[in-house]
Amino acid sequence: MGKIFAAAVTIIAVASAAVFAAHIWWLPPDISALGLRIDSQISETMIFTGTLFVAAQLALATFVWQSTGRAGAIRVFPGGPMPMVALATVIVGVEVLSLIFIGTKVWANIFLAPVEANALHIDVQAGQFAFYFRYPGPDGKFGVPHPELIDEGNSNFFGLDPKNDTAARDDIVSASLVVPVDQPVLLTMHSKDVGHSLFIPQLRLQQDFVPGLVIPVQFTATGIKKTEIVCTQLCGLGHYNMRAYFEVLSKADYAKWLQDQAGQ
Amino acid sequence: MDIVSATAIEHPPAAPHQHAPPTGFLRKYVFSLDHKVIGKQYLGLGLVAVCTGMLLSWIMRYHLAFPDKPVPLIGFFAPTFAAGGVITPEFYLQLMTMHGTIMVFFVLTTAPFAGFGNFVLPLQVGAEDMAFPRFNMMSFWVTFVAFLVLVAAFFIPDGPPLSGWTAYAPLSAVGKGAGPGEGLGQSLWVVSIGIFCIGQLLGSLNFIATTLDLRAKGMTLGRLPASTWAWFITSMIGLIAFSVLLPACVLLLLDRVAGTSFFIPSGLVVSDAVQPHSGGSPLLWQHLFWFFGHPEVYIAIVPGFGIVSTILPAMCRKPHLGPRVLIACELAIAGLSYMVWGHHMFLSGMSPMSATLFSVPTLIITIPAAIITLLWLGTIYGSKLRINTASLFCLGFVSVFVTGGLSGFFLSQPSIDTYLHGTYFVVGHFHFVMGVAAMFGIFAGTYFWFPKMFGRMMSETLGKWHFALTFLGVYATFMPMHWLGLEGNVRRYSSFPSDYMHGSLALHRFITFAALFLGAAQLIFLVNLLWSRLRGPAAPDNPWEATSLEWSTPSPPPFDNFGGKHPVVSHGPNLYGVSGPRGDYVMQTDPPIAGLEES
Repeated sequence: MGKIFAAAVTIIAVASAAVFAAHIWWLPPDISALGLRIDSQISETMIFTGTLFVAAQLALATFVWQSTGRAGAIRVFPGGPMPMVALATVIVGVEVLSLIFIGTKVWANIFLAPVEANALHIDVQAGQFAFYFRYPGPDGKFGVPHPELIDEGNSNFFGLDPKNDTAARDDIVSASLVVPVDQPVLLTMHSKDVGHSLFIPQLRLQQDFVPGLVIPVQFTATGIKKTEIVCTQLCGLGHYNMRAYFEVLSKADYAKWLQDQAGQ
Repeated sequence: MDIVSATAIEHPPAAPHQHAPPTGFLRKYVFSLDHKVIGKQYLGLGLVAVCTGMLLSWIMRYHLAFPDKPVPLIGFFAPTFAAGGVITPEFYLQLMTMHGTIMVFFVLTTAPFAGFGNFVLPLQVGAEDMAFPRFNMMSFWVTFVAFLVLVAAFFIPDGPPLSGWTAYAPLSAVGKGAGPGEGLGQSLWVVSIGIFCIGQLLGSLNFIATTLDLRAKGMTLGRLPASTWAWFITSMIGLIAFSVLLPACVLLLLDRVAGTSFFIPSGLVVSDAVQPHSGGSPLLWQHLFWFFGHPEVYIAIVPGFGIVSTILPAMCRKPHLGPRVLIACELAIAGLSYMVWGHHMFLSGMSPMSATLFSVPTLIITIPAAIITLLWLGTIYGSKLRINTASLFCLGFVSVFVTGGLSGFFLSQPSIDTYLHGTYFVVGHFHFVMGVAAMFGIFAGTYFWFPKMFGRMMSETLGKWHFALTFLGVYATFMPMHWLGLEGNVRRYSSFPSDYMHGSLALHRFITFAALFLGAAQLIFLVNLLWSRLRGPAAPDNPWEATSLEWSTPSPPPFDNFGGKHPVVSHGPNLYGVSGPRGDYVMQTDPPIAGLEES
């Protein structure tokens, strides 16, 4: 049974690693400016952990195979525990340091970078169970939202007060997130009720909405594409169905789309 | 001559057992003060809880694979929530919430820590009972009440809560307007977990006091078995972790019923109604919850470290490669476990600088974990490994712990978590490292200590079948979840209507079949438990030729553990592969042997 276990561990380790290495199930193609750096960090971590995974499982299998029912005197591991301590500390420690170094730079590029001067600002509101995206209109200003004025039946999703707030009059509200290609975009994210999250796999972008906070996040889409946004923070019974379309258009098509929205 | 009796001291007349042997049924089997009975009660509760939790997971998995088909029988048992067997989105989330809560709190905490710890720890330190037997009894019954309060949510009109085992506010705080189950069901959840915390605090205090104060003569801290060290360290983790979760639950309950706003900010509009709250912070709940929640991972897994590090040397007939290094690593993990909670909140909107701060200790904690793993491998190396069900589950533990631990490298890096957070990758990771590894520790402990608990051996044939099918089922169920996560498949969805996620259905179906197979394999365990309890061959005092004190007393032990005698300890627990009076091992109670190196 020990040798069967050793064989099973070997097969499972090699087969699992092969599936990862062959990218049979893998990330969708990236269409963002920072996605490639995230992808390369995933790949580097995959190589490191994959090597350790296969090495550790094969060591386990080998030792079990050799030790099962073994006769004769026991063999003490050369040098006692200290080589193990040194091995783990050096190998894992070096990788940990390099992952921290590389990962911190990527993270800083996503969340600590200053807002691009030409960024397109879109205000995003999440609520059970829909996203709404608000564009500032020709005046470049957003109207002030008033929670008590939210009236979804009359499509006042943000609680705007256009009668008294001139900035709110030209705000464009859309159920889809539409952006121009190669244009830096700044999202300011807030929730009207409970926690939500915005996930666009093709952008490698995921960010929670936290009630009471306005959370900024930036991205630049580099490819023309229509895909889906899904909610990844458990928000209630309709969580599974909380989604919206994300569409990257050419600059000309985007201008036309914006014009059409303003006319509605 | 019996070596044990030769090295034991008779009780002086003035030092009777801490409490008298019970005479009535209630005191003997129900409200018992005996740590052995309480340990079995905890394990029994864990068994009921794990069967419940697994049943819920079967229903969820069936629905995920066949979202359009009614789940067989469920319409009969739950006509209110699943009329005609149809799983609604809210019922799916309710099942998921209860599955996670039951498994994390009432299985992974109660069985490896409170269950085995209660039964074995006093025996291993040479005590007659726990330091505070009445607190011990209270800790179990408080935990039992907590379980009843939780499952009561199945029997109320709105059903259980749907906010997940993490109960993120404000979904969990604003009341029934947030969705089905968020009324009384969520309140029952909060009360249950609060009560559970009290039980665990009582238990942790007891474990610490017993380990420090009730050790037998000669049982220095350095001579404590690895399992006792693990329960001791787990107690220290639990003492702090549950001390934080308990007031967090109180505050959440106050938000729900007393109009306070600890976790609810102003201006929320839920179900078209502006909420009468202001000034609270949802992130405060996340910080408090995860300050408990991440150490909870180690509350579940560190006892497994100890169980495996105790069983492996006995089965390898070889000393553990580095028992003191092991303890140092467990202490390092315990300390670091309080510095890493923020890695669950990388995307929560907290300061991006905090993410970096939490990422570093999260990655560093892998170093002591890697050392512990290498020590197990070094122990197996060149040993005379005896293959039985207990040793197989220890070997399986090493394998799944490696697998689950390594996938943590991805999630500990904020920039990768940006993609994988909220996907099935996380589900695969924590099921391997926290769920399955801890369960393998529980199974290893059951097959190892069952003879001591009940005086009967378990069936090895059934045990090996149980292990083989479980090991294969585990990898078939949880490894593909990593692949789903890489594809971007989102967790906590009752079905996948989105275009890009719909393509994952085939893999979900495979996982469902694997999960049903894995669950069915556990029926072998249940049959083995029952059969062995009733018909298993009589167990000798020390069937595994192990060294620690519990094997120096009859199986099962008498009421006062050592038959009115105080064991005297002359050795560490790690003397395997030596030339002793009994064979290739020396028990801790054996008389001193000249020239034998203390381990």
